Amino acid sequence: MTTDQQSGFNLKTEAKRVLRGSSGGRLQQKVNPVDKAKAEYDVIVIGSGLAGMTGANVMATQGYRVCLLEQHYNYGGLATWFKRPGGHVFDISLHGFPVGMVKSMRRYWSKEIADSIVQLESIKFHNPQFSFETQFTREDYTNKVVNAFKLDRAHVESFYDHLRKMEYFRNDGKTTGEMLETFFPGRNDVHRAFMEPITYANGSTLHEPAITYGIVFSNFMSKGVFTFSGGTDQLIMKMRKIMAANGVDMFSGAQVEKINVERGRVTGVRANGRDIKAKVVLSNANIKGTVLKLTGAENFKPEFIEKTRAIRLSGSSCQVYMGVKQGQEIPFITDLLFCSEADHFTSEELCELRTKSRTFSFYYPKTRPHLPNAGYTIVSSNNAKWEDWAALDETEYEREKNALIERTVAHLEKFIPDIRGKLDHVEASTPRTFNFYAAHNEGASFGTKFEGLEISQGLCEQVPGLFHAGSVGIIMSGWLGTVNYGVITANKMAEYLHVAK
Amino acid sequence: MTDEQIKQAIIGIISDIAPDEDTSNIDPAVRLREQMDLDSMDFLDIVMELRKRYGVHVPDTDYMELASLDSCVNYLRDKMAGKALVS
Repeated sequence: MTTDQQSGFNLKTEAKRVLRGSSGGRLQQKVNPVDKAKAEYDVIVIGSGLAGMTGANVMATQGYRVCLLEQHYNYGGLATWFKRPGGHVFDISLHGFPVGMVKSMRRYWSKEIADSIVQLESIKFHNPQFSFETQFTREDYTNKVVNAFKLDRAHVESFYDHLRKMEYFRNDGKTTGEMLETFFPGRNDVHRAFMEPITYANGSTLHEPAITYGIVFSNFMSKGVFTFSGGTDQLIMKMRKIMAANGVDMFSGAQVEKINVERGRVTGVRANGRDIKAKVVLSNANIKGTVLKLTGAENFKPEFIEKTRAIRLSGSSCQVYMGVKQGQEIPFITDLLFCSEADHFTSEELCELRTKSRTFSFYYPKTRPHLPNAGYTIVSSNNAKWEDWAALDETEYEREKNALIERTVAHLEKFIPDIRGKLDHVEASTPRTFNFYAAHNEGASFGTKFEGLEISQGLCEQVPGLFHAGSVGIIMSGWLGTVNYGVITANKMAEYLHVAK
Repeated sequence: MTDEQIKQAIIGIISDIAPDEDTSNIDPAVRLREQMDLDSMDFLDIVMELRKRYGVHVPDTDYMELASLDSCVNYLRDKMAGKALVS
């Protein structure tokens, strides 16, 4: 990939560093993983992120023949986890989604999965401007911001109402920052309370169209923040079982090299050197890669390609994974801790190389109640820019990664003073790691900015039979956004197949 | 299918996708959204179920035709003609 050449970044050494000698998710394959695929399907889905899996499952339940291809050996995309010696299981993106997930999981997956969704007990904010604890329900959060910032309750409610009334097709051209300034002029602390959690959730900034904020914030500002009891591994396992029962053929370690197009229409894909036919292809890969790399610019109108190239990604992330020694305990602090040592809030500070802001996700034994020896893990996440990390040479990269770990553990010590001695595993991931494992361009961890949605939804008009679902446009990112987008695209595919018939 | 059966078909779908909603007293002239807690994903589900159960195709430009029971009946009368109610 050109990005690797530009940065001098070497996949092989990255794999060694991250997995300490293992082959890093690219196991040597003795047999071609797609050998057992049938010659033809109605639908081939590229990528098993939540959007890809949901699209695959919805199509299968409607009676279509579906094949799901995943490049990694694990399913789930960034809804994933990994294990480390010492009994540690680290979840990458499990904490926390809006209540809408209960309905979506019940309807498009199963009641059992929906019934395992539980509310986070507590979310804390701690920074030089304010500290408070909330359940993040509309009622409780409103009480907290009214008290903390001495705001008029009716005014805060009118802000929520304004957000709820925002509609996709009536974009007034304002940015989120401008909107916050209109409602809460000069109140950097209030802007922080409203914006910081959303930046952690989807990588968006004060400079995005306000509609993206309105939709995402309204989804959250309802009944609280939720998680899946059992852990990401259980969730993905249950989803795979459901897909198998619905007849989806699933292949991991399957690298799609090309989306095949003949006489302007999709005819299938080439995966691991083998052509598999399909009436429609749903790509859950990055939208730019889907158009420019997998399908090829020659199949689209030049203006469409120009717009595709101009799509900006929503940035990347760093995470630090901290495993508490078996047998050791930590007290209940909170489930999610949004904390910063930066005096003032800016969107730029949040994604600086050495940002002072991060989210701690605390995973207590309650996360995996089915495991008798479930332990404690803590995962910190901060926003990051690909270019900052890609520019580093190997020595600098190692140093920055270690510095990130040190800053993070030191930050955590302010909340759990004796934590350092209780940890027996610590490691970090960076935008480079996301690039390597998820094959995401520039290590993107939140999909694209707003403009990506138009391109994602416009594929089929350019190349009949080609569809996309995944984290695009900010409003379709996050667990709920991508699940629902998988359904929306499945409906478009079913409509296309229905009309074609 | 009679107009009454078309209404039954829509109500049947709504009771399946939104089991918590009371569908016994829907005013056919009033927008469904004003009587029940339905969001845009719910309407998408109605469209998908119409296709699945009755082979009826509702392009996304026509989604607003499904706003109330009466508008559903007007819009679906021709499309549902000759089809049997699925319970």
